[in-house]
Formats: sequence, structure tokens, C-alpha cells
Amino acid sequence: MFELETASQTDNLRRVAIDPVSRVEGHGKVTLLLDDHNQVQQVRLHIVEFRGFEKFIQGRPYWEVPVMVQRLCGICPVSHHLAASKALDLVVGAVSITPTAEKMRRLMHYGQMLQSHALHFFHLSSPDLLFGFDSDVGQRNIVGVAAAHPEVAKQGILLRKFGQEVIRVTSGKRIHGTGAVPGGVNKALDPADRAMLLQDVEQMIVWSRDAVHLTKRLHTSNPALYDQFGLFRSNLFSLVRADGALDFYHGHLRLRDGDGKVLLDGVDYQNYHHLLTEEVKSWSYMKFPYVTAMGREQGWYKVGPLARVQNCDFIPSPLAEIERREFMDHGQGGLVHAPLAYHWARMIEMLHAAEVIKELLADDDLLGDDLMSCGDRRREGVGVIEAPRGTLIHHYQVDEDDLVTMANLIVSTTHNNQAMNEAVRQVARQYLNGREITEGLLNHIEVAIRAFDPCLSCATHALGQMPLTVELLDGSGRLLDRRVKG
Amino acid sequence: MIVSGRKLRVATTSLAGCFGCHMSFLDIDEHLLELVELVEFDRSPLTDIKHCGPCDIGIIEGGVCNAENVHVLREFRKHCKILIALGACAVTGGLPAQRNHLDVGQCLQEVYHTCIGVESLPGGQVPNDPELPLLLDKVHPIHEVVRVDYFIPGCPPSGEAIWKFLTDLIAGHTPRLSHPILRFD
Repeated sequence: MFELETASQTDNLRRVAIDPVSRVEGHGKVTLLLDDHNQVQQVRLHIVEFRGFEKFIQGRPYWEVPVMVQRLCGICPVSHHLAASKALDLVVGAVSITPTAEKMRRLMHYGQMLQSHALHFFHLSSPDLLFGFDSDVGQRNIVGVAAAHPEVAKQGILLRKFGQEVIRVTSGKRIHGTGAVPGGVNKALDPADRAMLLQDVEQMIVWSRDAVHLTKRLHTSNPALYDQFGLFRSNLFSLVRADGALDFYHGHLRLRDGDGKVLLDGVDYQNYHHLLTEEVKSWSYMKFPYVTAMGREQGWYKVGPLARVQNCDFIPSPLAEIERREFMDHGQGGLVHAPLAYHWARMIEMLHAAEVIKELLADDDLLGDDLMSCGDRRREGVGVIEAPRGTLIHHYQVDEDDLVTMANLIVSTTHNNQAMNEAVRQVARQYLNGREITEGLLNHIEVAIRAFDPCLSCATHALGQMPLTVELLDGSGRLLDRRVKG
Repeated sequence: MIVSGRKLRVATTSLAGCFGCHMSFLDIDEHLLELVELVEFDRSPLTDIKHCGPCDIGIIEGGVCNAENVHVLREFRKHCKILIALGACAVTGGLPAQRNHLDVGQCLQEVYHTCIGVESLPGGQVPNDPELPLLLDKVHPIHEVVRVDYFIPGCPPSGEAIWKFLTDLIAGHTPRLSHPILRFD
């Protein structure tokens, strides 16, 4: 169906694997099948991990869910924490939550956006962009960046630290906190914590803007590489606010085609299941979603920063909006589809997050004491937010005993599954065909994957099957576990 | 464990975990710049080294849920003088072990056939390509598979706890975490 997804025949093809894909979160590998002339015949990004959250959440009390599901992902736990809380707000009848509750959640979420984007750019991806895709393996990491560009590394570390501190003061811990509960939040902001964050927020805005300029400079100084690397076109999908603004916490769904035409707008996410279908493929634990009405081949899309920055009508903070306009100008009237432009868009979002944090910190509603709402109980709720990596959907049904009876999660990285596969196939065509495969060339494939900032742990909450037989023995040879196919 | 004339070599990996422990490791913030004066990284999600070579310290996040995890864990044990179980999943199996009371086959059917909006494979199939690693029926803590030298609890352990532990170890002291930073949540 998709070119290079499945070789017409596999006899006499040579297998090359990138295993594990590194400097991403979670477990993935890429397999390539090459013929005698080193022509690429098949390329697949496999998600090889499994979890089972959707199943083992069933039977748990609903109020445990926001703290359980954030363990899907240690990089963006707040996303799952909040998407679950939003879904369960509806179950407890909190159709709207109090201003203090919403602003505390927003502060937490924008803090997460800042820390996650900083982590991804500085700690994980910047070595490729600063040193080159086929630079020395020993240097191609954050330690190498710290040695060659100490200021860049330091700013990255401190930007992430600030975002983590925002999360800590709103949820109690930097990772896997407890701030949001169905119906609201469990605490307001401490004035001392507000003062602490206010001291540093201006600096974070300055450094975020520097990071936007760094990515813009990388992009515009080498357009032949940055505009073409792994290029493919697709639809774009994200939440936008009712007035069309970029919003990470709440809004309605919008779908835009590859030319920029809005195909769907104002879609209430409670109806997401009428919109999307998830296809299962035998070679990955991660499903492949598409817009049902458009079909498998036309209906797939990109999510995340590159989609959001171009799907919204404007960014509601002044500095980031200036940067968005420059970014749009780079498309010369069309959309920017280049995977490496994800980095530029991501840094624009980081700047926006820093600006929003500053604005929120000035708001006394954060110090209020009206934390919880409730109303008539319902049996079902859907919660959607824009996580750092894209649109995140949580859907739960809860019975009269407060126990969860159904959970369905479509995480950000899953939405990008087809898109990431297309990007690596395009890189394989552009760079690998007919050449001797080297480590540096294989890293090109990983550079394309990293652009999407995949969160492969998030994406693998499903369970898979064991294809063969495996025995697990302890140190003395005692059989601990055994599985047989079938 | 001071080794004269060279930096200590440290490898890290995440098995069946959420990467939260690695994120907490990065929560040592600016200390990261001090740490890299004392150690160098071998295989880790932060580097592009794909296999673990001889190391002084190996840090494992996550429990063991498939054959690949077993393989990687044994590679770490073989090459690391000191092996550390970092966080709830490595120490006890953690949240992923919530699936241990469930039948894997039923879970597969649920996720790939009966759940909302799924377009299944024909004939009741679930993903079964040879490229996908073999699953275990249960999620195991790592000490059930290899010998482990130190256990650091917490979901995740805080950056402060990780920093204290590593600096003690590197300085040649027995690592000690005081009560306020030794947490299980």
C-alpha cells in the first residue's frame, strides 16, 4: 500500500537494523531490507515495547487513574495526568472547573511543555544539528555539546530545570506528581513558589527566544538540507482554541490538508471515535490512525509542533507570534512540511510556553481556595490535550461503583506513526540507496525519527504477541517464566 | 571507587519503564556538568552507543517484560562491575507489573480487536512479526534475573537522591540516602 513499507519479495535481501533507536524516549528499532545493489526495498520503524494500561486500568477506581496513567511516560507525565483528569472531570459532573483549578493545570502543563521541548532539543537532538548527522559517535551527545558549546548546554539544562520546577510547585513532584484530581486540583500555588518562579521567568523567555533564533539560523543557513531532508507531505491535525489560537490545554479539533486548506474544524473531541480509525499492522505494536472518512491512504496526518504552529490562526503571546509569522513566511505561502522544521516550530512553542507561564504567574486566581467542582455523575468522558508531541486522547467509562470499565488511549506519537515511517523511507531513498551503509548514514534515519520527538514508551501501552518460545531462567538456572507461540 | 588516571565509565538503560528515572537522573540539573567531569557514558539513551562495553557502573531503569529486556539486562550485568536497580519498576516490577494478574491473550484481543475504532488484522491475528521481541507472561523485577548490587526505590527516585548516591559511590563511600530523600512514591 505505502511504497517501501513491504518488499515485493524478501529472498536474498540483506537486513540492516538500527536497534535500539537512541536519543529518543522508549524502545524502537528500524529495519531495512536491501538488495544486492544496496537499493532499499523495505523500511520499517517498529515499536517493540508493550504495556497493557488500557486493560489493567479496568476495574480500578476512577480517582486512581490520573496518577496511574502518567506512568505511561516519564518525559510528559503531566500530559497523561491532565488528559485523564479532563476526561474524569466529566464523569464527576464538573463540566467546567474553577478558575484556580484551570489556571493551576495550565501552569503545570505549560511548565511541562517548556521542560519537554528543552529536553528534546538540547539534550537529545542538538548534537546532530550542531555537529552534523555523521559526526563522531563519541561526541554526538549532550556531553559533547557541553564541551563544544557550554553556554548552549547550560541554557538547555536550566530551561528544563525551570519547567520541572513549575511542575513541582503545581503538582508536588517534578515527575509523577498529584496536582490534578477529577473535578479540579488539590492545591493552589504557594506565594513563595510564585516569587521563586517570577525571579527567573524573564531569563527563560530570553533563552527561549535565543533557542528559536538558533534553530532558525540552522534552518535558513542550509536550506538545501533542512528543507529537503526526509520531506513528505501530509495533513495536519491538532486542537485549536475556539478563536483559532494555539492552545495546549483545551479547544476543538481541526484538520488541515497538505496545501493548507481546512478540511474539518470545530470538531468536539467527545466525538473523536467517529472521526478516527486505528489500523493494526503485524510488524508494530503501535497502531496507525487515520481519518476514517478519508481512508487509510489519504487520511493520515502529522501532529505535534510542526502541525500546531501551522494549524492555528495565531499564537496568543507577542514574541512567539512574531516568530510564528517568520516561520510561516519561510513556507512562501504554502505549508512547511520539512521534518527538520519540527525543531524550529518546537522552539517557537517553548517560547510561547515561557511567555504564558509569565502571564499566569501574575494572575492571583492561582492563589485562590476554590479548587473543586462537581455535578451530576456521568458514565463516560473523553479528555484531549495537546501534549508536547501532539494530540493526546483519553477516553474512559466508569460504572456506578466508581470502577473503570473501559479505557481507550490514543497517544501523540501514535498519531505520528505513519508520518515517521514516511520520513525514514524518504531519508532511505535520499541517502542510503546504492551506498555502502555506514554508522553515519544510519544516523540520518534516526535524525528523521528524532525530529518528531517520539515518545515510544507512551505509544506502547498496548500488548503484543510472542512469536516464538522464550524461557526466562534465574541465576541458578531455575525456570521463572516460559512462553510458547500460539 | 576512585580509579586513578581515567574517568569512571557509566552505562544506563531503560527496560520496561517509562523513562521517568532517566528524567529524574537529568533532574540533577547543573550537577550534570560536574558529573561529566567524573564519568563518561557508555550505552545510554543519551548516547548513540548501541551496546554496553566494559563499565564501572550500570544503571537499570524498568523491570523485565520481554526477551529483549532479558538480553540487555544480561549484557549489562556481564559488563558492569556495579549494577544498580533504579526506581520502582527495576526494584519490584512497578506499575507495568499490574498486568501480571491478567491473561496476555485476552489483553491482545482487547487492544487489537475489540477496542473502540480499531481496524483489526484478519483472522484474529495480533502483531506477531519476528522483529517484535518475545513477551513474557509476567513483568519481573531485575533481581529475579541477575545479581544486583544496589537498589534505589522511588517512582522515580528524586534527582537529589540519585546525585547523593552517585557522588557517594564515586567517592568510594558506602552510598547512604537519608530519610527525607529515601522515598517510595
